[in-house]
Amino acid sequence: MTEMIVTNNISKKFGELTAVDRLNISIPQGEVFGLLGPNGAGKTTTLRMLTSLIAPTSGEASVAGYKVGTDDYEIRKNVGILTESPGMYDRLSAERNLAFFASLYEVEDPDTQIKKYLQMLGLWQRRREEVGTFSKGMKQKLAIARALLHEPRVLLLDEPTSGLDPVAAKMVRDFISELKEEGRTIMICTHNLDEADRLCDRVAVFQTELLALDTPANLRRQLYERSVVFHLSDAKETYAESIRKYDFVRSCQVLDNKLVISLPDPEERNPELVNLLVKQGAEIQFIGEIRHSLEDVYLHLINNNIKEEINE
Amino acid sequence: MNKSWQVTLKEWREVFKNKMVLYVIVFMPILFILIPLITLYQMSGSGALSEMAGSADQIPAEMVSMCEGLSGAACAQYLVVIQFLLLFLIMPVMIPATIASYSIVGEKSTKTLEPLLATPITTIELLLGKSMAAVIPAVTVTWISFVAFIVGTIIILGNTDLVTLILSPMWLLLIFGVAPLLSVFGVSAAVMISTRVNDPRVAEQIPSLVIIPLIGLFMAQTFGLIQMNLSVTIWIALILLVIDIVMLYIATQLFQREKILTKWK
Ligand SMILES: Nc1ncnc2c1ncn2[C@@H]1O[C@H](COP(=O)(O)OP(=O)(O)OP(=O)(O)O)[C@@H](O)[C@H]1O
Ligand SMILES: [Mg+2]
Repeated sequence: MTEMIVTNNISKKFGELTAVDRLNISIPQGEVFGLLGPNGAGKTTTLRMLTSLIAPTSGEASVAGYKVGTDDYEIRKNVGILTESPGMYDRLSAERNLAFFASLYEVEDPDTQIKKYLQMLGLWQRRREEVGTFSKGMKQKLAIARALLHEPRVLLLDEPTSGLDPVAAKMVRDFISELKEEGRTIMICTHNLDEADRLCDRVAVFQTELLALDTPANLRRQLYERSVVFHLSDAKETYAESIRKYDFVRSCQVLDNKLVISLPDPEERNPELVNLLVKQGAEIQFIGEIRHSLEDVYLHLINNNIKEEINE
Repeated sequence: MNKSWQVTLKEWREVFKNKMVLYVIVFMPILFILIPLITLYQMSGSGALSEMAGSADQIPAEMVSMCEGLSGAACAQYLVVIQFLLLFLIMPVMIPATIASYSIVGEKSTKTLEPLLATPITTIELLLGKSMAAVIPAVTVTWISFVAFIVGTIIILGNTDLVTLILSPMWLLLIFGVAPLLSVFGVSAAVMISTRVNDPRVAEQIPSLVIIPLIGLFMAQTFGLIQMNLSVTIWIALILLVIDIVMLYIATQLFQREKILTKWK
């Protein structure tokens, strides 16, 4: 598989401040990659380096097979970027804004492209209106349309759903999934962890340096054991004691009318546990798995990172 | 080239919606045409001219020499006109400096500069587009005003000798050579300054900075420190040409994507 975005130890310093420290990532074609990190983590700085808007202090990177810093023209032609703020000309209409950018991107058939994306994003009816009169979310959608006009193979999206209402955010997420289906490579910077969880094939948790990089499911698994919870009509300590006798059970606690059991392989072991409980006369109402959210993982990583910094 | 032109068109669509810019482009020329014409008209009506003609010997000798053989009254008129004509050189600096500084500082404050710089446009193409957007209207307005002024003068005075002198090589060189060069000067100065500032209110100040050297020239001429004639004009044009080239070079050097994006103040 071809790698569409590769960074090799890229760093960026602003004077004394290190914004990005030796970042190594490699994103294959067709992947949706999430870059997660707190405010000031260096996400926007990374995107800017990848479009050659600012030069890395050290290290190198390539996008769509072109080297950042030397093949800038090709990179800009093959990359669509959604910048942190929409950045549209307020005094021009939506249509004029897109037409202007289409000419700079050398779009072959601008009218068709503009119509296509304005319709897809639900702005076609309002194409003649000045962008200054648009709501924040409409401007954001227009900026997404702009990023796509030239059908880029690589998309860099800085907080694509910020400022969007839940319906519009869902529309944009579905839209991103569609773009992925078309084989485009997409990198998303976001604070919305739920979104990253649902949308991204892999995520990087990042704060100046890379803290973790994996699929959302693997990140959860690495940090937390899996747990199941048995809801009983009457949870007794004796049930817990008998369950703790199994070697594979890491822990078992009684909480109200629930037994919370930590174990590595619930698919294999649950039936055994159910049998045991039933034999002891327990009435099982529900069985569920406790799913740690990506947010738990993220907060864990970031908080640990902060603690380390304080200890240093 | 096509991209530059697209930038130019975009600028015009945007900038001409700005009241301040429209004001400079429309009212300044009207003012600069009307004031000298009204003055000339009053002079010709009140007999002030013949009075001045009678005391033609009181006009400093170096100034009389500028009249190149015009009679006393016509010489006095010419000396009045010449002061005003220099105002026509302020226009080609003020207008482009106003447009260019608004157009760059504006892109910064509306955050459109980053998506713009992320497109495959070269710095030269971008600056060329912005410069054309500023220079073309400025030079056009200057030329139109000049023609309007000449026509007005002929209507008021009907003095063909005076008109011939205004249409001398020196004046034609000033209006059709020096004026465009001054426009380019105004633009490159505006580009240089506006890459360093973010506040649109500062952008308003830029044009007034740019005309300072011109006002110096104007004063020097009024006080007889220098005499405008064809050879001085040629020198001014040549020096301006060199200054323009240097300034344009510096402007393109200063206009680096990274610096502009990261040196937010
Ligand atoms: N032009 C600049 N000059 C100096 N420091 C900068 C500049 N741009 C960014 N930084 C610093 O680099 C760090 C990373 O900033 P960056 O904008 O990349 O963060 P981010 O991850 O995008 O944050 P956010 O989630 O708030 O958008 C911050 O500490 C910021 O102050
Ligand atoms: Mg950011």
